[in-house]
Amino acid sequence: MNNFEYRRASDTKDAINLIHQQEKSKFLAGGTNLIDLWKYNITNPTSLVDINHIAELSEIKALPDGGVRLGAGFKNADTAYHPIIEQQYPLLSKAILAGASAQIRNMASNGGNLLQRTRCYYFYDPEVPCNKRVPGSGCPAKLGYNRIHAILGTSEQCIAVFPSDMCIALAALDALVNVEGPEGKRTINFADFHRLPDDRPDLDNTLKPGELIISIDLPEKGFTTNYSYLKLRDRHSYAFALVSVATAMELDGDTIKDIRIALGGVAHKPWRSKEAEDFLIGKNASAENFSTAADLILKDAKGFGHNDFKIKLAKKAIIRNGLMALNPDTQLPGAKPSA
Amino acid sequence: MDVNKTVGQPISRLEGKLKVTGAAKYAAEYQVENLLHGYVVNSPITKGKIINIDIAKALAIPGVIDVLSHKNRTKLAWFDVQYTDMDAPPGTVFKPLHNENILYNGQPIALVVAEDFETARYASTQITFEFEQEAFETNLQNNTEKGRPAKKGFATALKPPPPPPTGDFDKAYGQAAVKVEAEFKHGTEHHNPIELFATTTVYKGKGKLTIYDKTQGTINNQLYVANIFGLHYKDVRVLAPFVGGGFGAGLRPQYQLFLCVMAALHLKRNVRVVLDRKQMFSFSHRPPAIQKMRFASDINGRMTALGHSVYAETSNFEDYTEPTANWSHKLYPSPNTLFEHNIVPLDVYTPMDMRAPGGSTALHAIECTMDELAHKLKIDPLELRLINYSEMDPSSKKPYTSKALRECYLQAAEKFGWSNRNPEPRATMRGNKLVGYGMATGIWDAFQFPARVEAMITKDGKLVLNNATTDIGTGTLTVMTQIAADELGLSLEEVDFQYGDSKKPFSMFQGGSAITSSTGVAIVVAAKALRKKLLKKAAQMENSPFKNASDEEVIFNGGNLHLKNEPGTYVSLKNIIAFNKGKAIKTTNMGKPHMLKLRKYSLATHSASFVEVEVDQDLGTVTVTRAVTAVAAGKIINPKTAKSQISGSMIWGISKALHEETIMDDHFGKYINTNLGEYHIPVHADIGQLDVIFAEERDELINEIGTKGVGEIGLVGMPAAISNAIFNATGKRIYKLPIHFDELI
Repeated sequence: MNNFEYRRASDTKDAINLIHQQEKSKFLAGGTNLIDLWKYNITNPTSLVDINHIAELSEIKALPDGGVRLGAGFKNADTAYHPIIEQQYPLLSKAILAGASAQIRNMASNGGNLLQRTRCYYFYDPEVPCNKRVPGSGCPAKLGYNRIHAILGTSEQCIAVFPSDMCIALAALDALVNVEGPEGKRTINFADFHRLPDDRPDLDNTLKPGELIISIDLPEKGFTTNYSYLKLRDRHSYAFALVSVATAMELDGDTIKDIRIALGGVAHKPWRSKEAEDFLIGKNASAENFSTAADLILKDAKGFGHNDFKIKLAKKAIIRNGLMALNPDTQLPGAKPSA
Repeated sequence: MDVNKTVGQPISRLEGKLKVTGAAKYAAEYQVENLLHGYVVNSPITKGKIINIDIAKALAIPGVIDVLSHKNRTKLAWFDVQYTDMDAPPGTVFKPLHNENILYNGQPIALVVAEDFETARYASTQITFEFEQEAFETNLQNNTEKGRPAKKGFATALKPPPPPPTGDFDKAYGQAAVKVEAEFKHGTEHHNPIELFATTTVYKGKGKLTIYDKTQGTINNQLYVANIFGLHYKDVRVLAPFVGGGFGAGLRPQYQLFLCVMAALHLKRNVRVVLDRKQMFSFSHRPPAIQKMRFASDINGRMTALGHSVYAETSNFEDYTEPTANWSHKLYPSPNTLFEHNIVPLDVYTPMDMRAPGGSTALHAIECTMDELAHKLKIDPLELRLINYSEMDPSSKKPYTSKALRECYLQAAEKFGWSNRNPEPRATMRGNKLVGYGMATGIWDAFQFPARVEAMITKDGKLVLNNATTDIGTGTLTVMTQIAADELGLSLEEVDFQYGDSKKPFSMFQGGSAITSSTGVAIVVAAKALRKKLLKKAAQMENSPFKNASDEEVIFNGGNLHLKNEPGTYVSLKNIIAFNKGKAIKTTNMGKPHMLKLRKYSLATHSASFVEVEVDQDLGTVTVTRAVTAVAAGKIINPKTAKSQISGSMIWGISKALHEETIMDDHFGKYINTNLGEYHIPVHADIGQLDVIFAEERDELINEIGTKGVGEIGLVGMPAAISNAIFNATGKRIYKLPIHFDELI
């Protein structure tokens, strides 16, 4: 780990100013991903701006429009267990608690969760090529061991997966990301926050240089009656999703009035399909209809060998999670499949 | 008179409080003055040569003291034999920084020494290497044609090749009424004890070193260091009072020891080298293996042919083997057998013993094949084992010193509720889950190594014992204290077992589930000699009632020596020592296996594991909801620490069956999931109800204390039992480990 300068920001303006004073400068919140990457020389900032002591970032508050604002510096665990979140956004609470480990959730910030890097083995090894780490160097995952890799939205350059659980729920809830940078404040729709790799896999999201996430806004509609988060992985905790599904529904009798289905573990960003959601609106919430919707979501899915199973698994997971959302009591700790 | 007995009592481990409060110090935690920190640089290429090393940039970093490589290393021993440790397989032992050749990916190629760890680690990224790369092979499956039997050597004594063929296998197998042919694959696994490998070397001057090392063998590493660096062995002291898990990785000196000592001698300074988690994947591992099984029986289930061929990875410089094809015929009689073990040399580091080496690999294949045979025969899997039950060892035709496997089968089956098993696969549901029952047999060695123990009664009447063994977390301190306390009739508080120090009398490395029998027997032998000496001294006291007493006529209890027939007549041990002018009475004795007697017997521990799994019918997710393992391992000194050993190894079995695998990318010739986030071992949420039964097994032949060791036997049967339960649940037989849930959808 290289030597670096450490500075503590007093407020957001201060943080944004400080980050501009030096090249290779990074914000430090929970540090749960940054420090790992640093130790293995995948990133090597020469300056850190600590944003853990900015009061504005540590808030969680109700908004006048009925929604809720999550401070970017608020911790994942505190968010998941906050009464407002548990009551008004249970899907978000379940998704957060399915992620990482208790220790990591205690440290990790909400803003940092949006910015975590892929867990692609090749990205984490500075001794091998990786287009995300060193643009233009190549992608060994496509012909290598790609069990954990993407089946949707991949590019010639990159088949990495975005690893968050929390963000899958945020995508389903149509959250908004409030950011501030040298050019001022702006708000990004969650669907536009993360990006597909295309020919710039080094860019995970649409933040501009020096922009800081200030908060995440949750719209009023929290889908408190019919929701479910299902996470499928190689062990029951502290493992990233091979496939995860966040489903949120509004029903009128058996008929779907509104539905969101977001997939994790399958793409470079949380994956939603308007076509599939539109198909389901007005239909019965049945296994058969979820199956047809799954086919629509996965119609362009493509495996790379070791991850071919994800296509079949994702379909089954979409169906099961749709049924679990009908009866949220069937959800188990750790977002395991219903009993 | 009643003598207090601690053996057989569930005593909590004596050092437990030190461990859970953080007071126990491990190799990297010793505070030493003016300490330098080394960080290892590992080869990014898999095979070839180092053409050039540019260290100028690294040396210019403030705080960097030196960079050691093959170019500037100190003068070292020349001959292979001087590098050979007690556990070295036949071949050419790996010599760190020896020359420019790269033999495997991750090979240590330099050591950066700096004033602090982070500076050393950062400087390691600032060294530029030029390599000449050569083609390499790391894939076992693609290279089985290179398979050959291993060369024989020192290690062959503990790891014999499989027995020669018997009968006419081809004919019998060809004509058999019922047969199963199957091929099983196992991935690579790394030991990954939570304590990272680390060495702190204290440079004492004049060729003297005190070394705090993470190891399972203090004397093994002491001799290794002395031989390589040309030091007198008495000037090298290796200490390992606490070891945070070993699982076999500490049976051989690891490269951080070599590099740390080299730096300390070169710089004449105190040096510490700690590996990081990624580097924990750069040395020993359980080798991947391919096993081809051909088992046959008559229509009543009696085995008529056993065929087991193994292809297992080794390095290109040492012939590592583990007994794998040897086990089926130790369990099941069969007139026709054909066993072979082939090693396939690849461009990897030499594999190494990892908890139940060979046994856990083999029994997975053997017991899954037996399960498949039972299914074909429509015989209950447990019944098939009982039909083929043998009181003696069919492969050597010798009786076992003891064998309570039948009791294991029956007691575990009863506790588990095996009689409720539905033999029809994919026929039992619980909500969304398919439910399956599976069982498997386990068998493992019952080793004993020679060991020396010094035992003394001190002036305060306490018993002090000395032996060089480690306690790798198994409860060694506690069980040795119990054995010794009973021998002298003392309380646990009156016994001080000192260990983890190469200066103390001889112990082999702590492996093979052998130390309880090894050091334990030496304690019994030493205690007997000590009792004689104490009695002799007591008899010399004025008006001694012990003047004419023989060993059999006295008893040691409560800190006193009593006449057996007149318990009221006694002298305290303190008074005996006072009579000896306050000088401790001591003795040093060797305990060793009774080879002549034991040659006529076969020695083994046994187990039976029964497992229930739930498999999601749509999504394939597997949960081991409950498991029962019954173990027959002779006398259990401490049921609490023994149970921890068995339940811990049952969890290991779950890990081996469902989670654990180091993935090799053959394009780069390197492991790619080298961290505990991606190298999966189970978490609490993966573990259901685990029950452990110790079947009564009295063994008066095996050694003075009747123990066989419990470090490994609890693991051996579990992977097959899980695999068989998954078959019963789903109707799918997965012929590889680990089993991934997506293979079940």
